Amino acid sequence: MSLLRYESQLREPLVDGNKTYHDVTEDICRPIEGKPGKLWYIGFYISVALLLFGIYSVYREVVYGIGQWNVNHTVGWGWDITNFVWWVGIGHAGTLISAILLLFRQTWRNGVNRAAEAMTIFAVMCAGQFPVWHMGRVWNAFFVFPYPNSRGPLWPNFASPLMWDVFAISTYFTVSLLFWYSGLIPDFGTIRDRAKTKFRKFAYGIASFGWSGSTKHWQRLESLSLVLAGLATPLVLSVHTIVSFDFATSVIPGWHTTIFPPYFVAGAIFSGFAMVQTLLLVTRKVLGLQGYITLGHIEAMNKVIVLTGSIVGCAYLTELFMAFYSQNQYESYAFFYSRANFFSPYGWAYWGMMFCNVVSPQIFWFRKMRRNLWVTMFLSIVVNIGMWFERFVIIVTSLFRDYLPSSWPYYYSPSIWEIGFYVGTFGLFFTCYFLFSKYFPVIAIAEVKQILKVSGESYKEKMDKLEEEPVEEFAHAAAH
Amino acid sequence: MAKKKFVVASFDDENVLFPAVKKVRLAGYKIHDVYTPYAVHGLDKALGLRETSLHTAGFIYGISGTTIALGAMSWVFVSDWPLNIGGKPHFPLPAFIPITFETTVLLSAVGMVLTFCYLCQLGPFVKKHHFSSRATDDHFVMVIECTSKTNVEDLKAFLSNTGAFDVNVQEAEANWWLGTYDKEQVLIKDEPTVA
Repeated sequence: MSLLRYESQLREPLVDGNKTYHDVTEDICRPIEGKPGKLWYIGFYISVALLLFGIYSVYREVVYGIGQWNVNHTVGWGWDITNFVWWVGIGHAGTLISAILLLFRQTWRNGVNRAAEAMTIFAVMCAGQFPVWHMGRVWNAFFVFPYPNSRGPLWPNFASPLMWDVFAISTYFTVSLLFWYSGLIPDFGTIRDRAKTKFRKFAYGIASFGWSGSTKHWQRLESLSLVLAGLATPLVLSVHTIVSFDFATSVIPGWHTTIFPPYFVAGAIFSGFAMVQTLLLVTRKVLGLQGYITLGHIEAMNKVIVLTGSIVGCAYLTELFMAFYSQNQYESYAFFYSRANFFSPYGWAYWGMMFCNVVSPQIFWFRKMRRNLWVTMFLSIVVNIGMWFERFVIIVTSLFRDYLPSSWPYYYSPSIWEIGFYVGTFGLFFTCYFLFSKYFPVIAIAEVKQILKVSGESYKEKMDKLEEEPVEEFAHAAAH
Repeated sequence: MAKKKFVVASFDDENVLFPAVKKVRLAGYKIHDVYTPYAVHGLDKALGLRETSLHTAGFIYGISGTTIALGAMSWVFVSDWPLNIGGKPHFPLPAFIPITFETTVLLSAVGMVLTFCYLCQLGPFVKKHHFSSRATDDHFVMVIECTSKTNVEDLKAFLSNTGAFDVNVQEAEANWWLGTYDKEQVLIKDEPTVA
C-alpha cells in the first residue's frame, strides 16, 4: 500500500501547510461548529428575498397563466427554456469532478468535489423548475409519468425527446444526490462524534446513518463510489446530450444539427466549471480553506475552462461553416441574418456570446492568469454570462424568424415576471448553498485525509529521501 | 444481543497499524473490526476480508432496469396502445435507447445504495456502539473480541507492544452486519501466501 504513496516531487502539494489528520478535521468542521459571520447572514437574507420574489412571480404565472410572460407565438420557449438549459449545464461540473475525475484518478478532485456536487444538485433543482412551470397547467404535471391511469391508460410518447428529458433530469438528480450523500455519511459521522451540543449530536447522528468507520464498510463504500462514478460518467454525458436532442431532433433552422450533443456537453462543462470557480473562490476565502482549495486546484479548473471553451468555439465555427456549405437558405438565414449579423435585432447577443465564450477564456493559456484569483473570478462570471447568451441565441434567434413571415414578432424581451422567475432560481440556488456552507462539510474530510500523506505539503518534504532509495529496497520495505 | 467484552487499541498512524494487524493475526487473535477515519487502502486485505460483491448487485439491478424499461416501452407502443406518431414505426428501437439507459442507471444506483445501507446496517436513527469517538477523526481503532480463553491482561500488553498508544477494555453489544468478520475472516496461517 505504501507504494501508492510514491508521488513525484514535481507535483505541487494538494494540501498546503503542515497538517495532521486532526488538523484537517478541525479546519473543515470549524465553520459548522461556530457562528456564521455577518456576511453570511446578509448573503442568506438576500437569497431568501430573491427566492420569495421568484415564488411570487411563479404564483402570478400559475394564477393568470403563461400570458404573464412575454413568450409569444413564434418565440414559445424564450427565457424559460434558456434558463433551464443554462442551469442544467451548470449542474454538469459537479458530476464531472466527482465521477470522471475519480475514474481518471485525478486526486485534486478530493478538495473540490463536495462543494461542486452540492452545486450540481442545487443547479438541477433550479433547472427542473423551468419545464415544470412552463407547462402552464402545472397541476397536470404528473401526466408526464408513465403509470397505469384512468385516461385509457394513455401513455406518454416514449419516442419524444421531451419525455427523454423527464427521465434524464430526474435520474441525474437522483444519482447525483445518492453519490453526494453516500460520500457525506462518513463526514457526518465525524461531526457527530465531535458534537458538543445535544441537538447537533442528535441531528448529525441521524444524518450519519450510524456510521462507525468499519473497514468492511469502507471497503463497500469505496466499491459503491467507484461503480456510481462509472454510472454517473455516461449519465452526465447523456443528460446534456438529451437536452440537446430537444433542439436537434426538431426541424428548426439552427437547431437541426448533429453536432449539438458534443457541443452542448462541452458547453455544460465549461459553464459548470465557471460556476464552481465563482463559488469556491468566495467559499475558500470566507471559510479559510485556502490550504485545501489551493491555487493548484484553481489552475487545474482553469485549464478545463480553456479546453472546453475552445471546444465550444470550434463548434460555433463549425456551425457557421456548415450553414454556408450546406447552401440551405433557411440555415443561412438563421446564421448569417439572425445571428452573426451586427444589424440583426439579436446580433448583439450573438457577438456577446462569441466574445464571452470563445475569446475571453483564451487568456487562460497564460499560467500567470490561470493562477490569478481576480482574473479567475472575473472570467468565471463572464463565461457564465456568455453561456447564458449561447442558449438565448440558440432559442430566440431561431424562433423569432420562423417559416411564416407574417407571424414574425419584431422583438422578444421578457416580462418582469419572467425575469422574476429567473431571479427566483438564483435565490433558491444561493439559499441552498448558504445553508450547505453552514451545516455541511464543504470539503470531503475523509477523502482529503486519504490524500494527505500522498500530497500533503508536510509529507511531501519527506519524499526527497524516498527518491534517493533504490526502488527494490523501497518495494521490499513497503510490502507487508 | 448479549453484551460482550472487547479490548480496544488505538493507533495514531496507519504505518503502525499495518504491522500491528499482522502481528495480532499471527498471534491467533481474531480481530472484531478496525475503525478508521478514512478508507485505508489495503487494510481489508491485511485483515483477510474478501472482496465485496456490491458491484455484482449493481450489475443485476442495472440489467433489471434495462429489461423493465425496454419491455414496458415495447409493450405500450406495440401492444397496449399503438399510437400513430407522424407515421413512424410502432417499434422505434433507437428512440427507446435514452430512456432505457436512464432507467438502467437509475435502478442500478438506487439499488446499490439501498443494498449498501442494508449490508452495513446503516440508516437514519440506527444506534450503534462506537468504541472510540476519535475513530472518525484521527485514530485507527482496532477492536478484539474476548472469548472465555482470552487472557485480557496479556492481550493488553501485547497490543501496547505492537504500538498502540491507548488500550482499554469495553463491554458492549456487538454491532452486526451481513458478512461479519467471524464468518469472513480466515486465520492468517490458512491463507495462501502471496509473493
